[in-house]
Amino acid sequence: MEPFRVVKGGAAALMQTNINTDVVIRIERLTNADRSKLGRFALEALRYRADGSENPDFPFNQSKYRDAPILIAGRNFGCGSSREGAVWALMGMGLRCVIAESFGDIFYGNCFQNGMLPIRLPDSQIQMLAREAAELSGAFTVDLERSKVTTPSGRTVDFTIDPMRREALLAGLDDIGLTLARSSAIGVWQSADRLARPWVWDTGGRPAR
Amino acid sequence: MAKPQTFFEKMWNDHVIADLGDGASLLQIDRLFLHDLSGSAAIARLEESGRPINSRDQVFGVVDHLISSRPGRGPDDTASRGGVELIQSMRQLSHKYGITFFDSTDARQGIVHVVSPELGIALPGTTLVCGDSHTCTVGGVGALAWGIGSTECEHVLATQTLAQVRPKTMRINFEGEVGPGVYPKDLILYLIGEIGANGGIGYAAEFAGSAIRKMSVEGRMTICNMAIEFQAKYGFVPADDVTFDYIKGRDFAPKGHAWDEAVAYWRSLATDEHAVFDQEVTIDCARIQPQVTWGTSPQQVAGIGDRVPDPADMSDPGVRTLLERAIEYIQLRPGTPLDGVKIDAAYIGSCTNARISDLRDAAAVLKGRKVAPGVRAICVPGSSTVKRAAEAEGLDRTFRDAGFEWHESGCAMCASQGGDYFANLRVISTTNRNFEGRQGPQTRTHLASPVTVAASAIAGRIADARTVIA
Repeated sequence: MEPFRVVKGGAAALMQTNINTDVVIRIERLTNADRSKLGRFALEALRYRADGSENPDFPFNQSKYRDAPILIAGRNFGCGSSREGAVWALMGMGLRCVIAESFGDIFYGNCFQNGMLPIRLPDSQIQMLAREAAELSGAFTVDLERSKVTTPSGRTVDFTIDPMRREALLAGLDDIGLTLARSSAIGVWQSADRLARPWVWDTGGRPAR
Repeated sequence: MAKPQTFFEKMWNDHVIADLGDGASLLQIDRLFLHDLSGSAAIARLEESGRPINSRDQVFGVVDHLISSRPGRGPDDTASRGGVELIQSMRQLSHKYGITFFDSTDARQGIVHVVSPELGIALPGTTLVCGDSHTCTVGGVGALAWGIGSTECEHVLATQTLAQVRPKTMRINFEGEVGPGVYPKDLILYLIGEIGANGGIGYAAEFAGSAIRKMSVEGRMTICNMAIEFQAKYGFVPADDVTFDYIKGRDFAPKGHAWDEAVAYWRSLATDEHAVFDQEVTIDCARIQPQVTWGTSPQQVAGIGDRVPDPADMSDPGVRTLLERAIEYIQLRPGTPLDGVKIDAAYIGSCTNARISDLRDAAAVLKGRKVAPGVRAICVPGSSTVKRAAEAEGLDRTFRDAGFEWHESGCAMCASQGGDYFANLRVISTTNRNFEGRQGPQTRTHLASPVTVAASAIAGRIADARTVIA
């Protein structure tokens, strides 16, 4: 996983609330495209017109925001389906960081599995960031080491992130590797549990019909 | 005396393998379900990493998301481009690694959240995860169950554990008498309308109260299914005698002495009297009438006797914009009474409302009646087991005689993977999401109970079942 330390660049705002993962990536895109090729389908209902041409009102279609790595979003962003393709698609269009008042819980967790930083901030700060994104053209800086967002005008906003997840993002660590480092503790716990709750473990021995 | 604890606290504590600090823990996962849409990718990535599966007997696979529901379907029939390959690789990898797999041709096939409790694989006191957000459904049997992403599926395959940050706890008390014609679906839609589509972010939700105690396990699963629709990742009803009666004797449920031991443990998990929740919500069920959504979020819901709201009445500009967009998509004018809105299609299916009790309730309305001319009506049973049970009771005849299509089991037209049956149509549906485009391009979805859907199919318009069958 690519580590996340400092990301610098433009930010675009999509302030609609409850943008769900069906909107981020349609389910039919997940069955016939490799996960590395989902970027062009990200947010397609908002991004393209019915004839397939770009919708000029969609910020990422405007030259100012085209390569922006930061999305400022309305609350409950990423609610709905658990599809991890939503994160892959957003990263495929160049995003590394989403900032919102709140996130769908499963989407929020999926971000950390892929080196995407989701930042929760109070509504007043979201509004301020969105205003600067619209009115100014300089770069935002998202610094995970210092847990700070710096706006084009130089204002800074502190954010908090679960320390375990922050460490993993900074180092680009694979969660599975981290957990496997605890293999012996897991083995001991599971052996004891087989005796304590045998009904949990006994699922086998039933041939397929 | 020990501090009183909630069901959730006991479940969490009993599954902690390691404390990871700052509220995070490494939890034992008792069951992992994989499905055809994302399952094979999770196994294939694990394979690439060279890591073995930790506990293959705790892993199960199904074919549900992509398989066609078309009557007489073949083993790989799908409307999805690329779907054949995904179904076949799920089958091949399940066999290769010895995972218990319910193939499309297996008599036990069906929607994962219908199959897992029906076979006694989802049990009280177990942690169960699946790469599908509606995994919370099986909280209805007193499991702690939640939806995860693909990488987390791979994590469980490799370790049979997950690192999780502990959520806050919320109890929702459904108290009082539930009126005639009002079903579990109406209760949960009403709740979401009250607390909003993000009312449960960061919470694990316990459903309680007199209405839940009296409710069947299938009804409880309908309620728990939609916990994620108010963003509670976990929703559950701690097991009681109703649950034990439901589970006893099912294929994978413990038997003999193991059963007695398990029941004693399951009883001990009930929330203690005086246990404290971070938040409590109480709903007076007597106030609830049949519910129908009018917008593009499950929170945009109203009683059947109510009208589509007017954005002009909203003082908050954000709320107003959201409403304007929703009613533009759904093509209804502000002030339109919901009762009477003309429909093009009716759908009974999904992990929310396609268990046998749902089909019985709908069939009772359909018996001796006909679907209105021009309305396409489809029933997709939640599992092949449900389908056979319905056929044994003659419910399929009732559905067919009324003019419903009678399909094979699967996720089907809940997320448009069953094919574009409902493109550009207004459909009243027993599913859980009325998102833009969810059931097909420009499909306008109204969520409701199976009884409301059946009554509306007959009337050809959104209808109050209490007057249709009166």
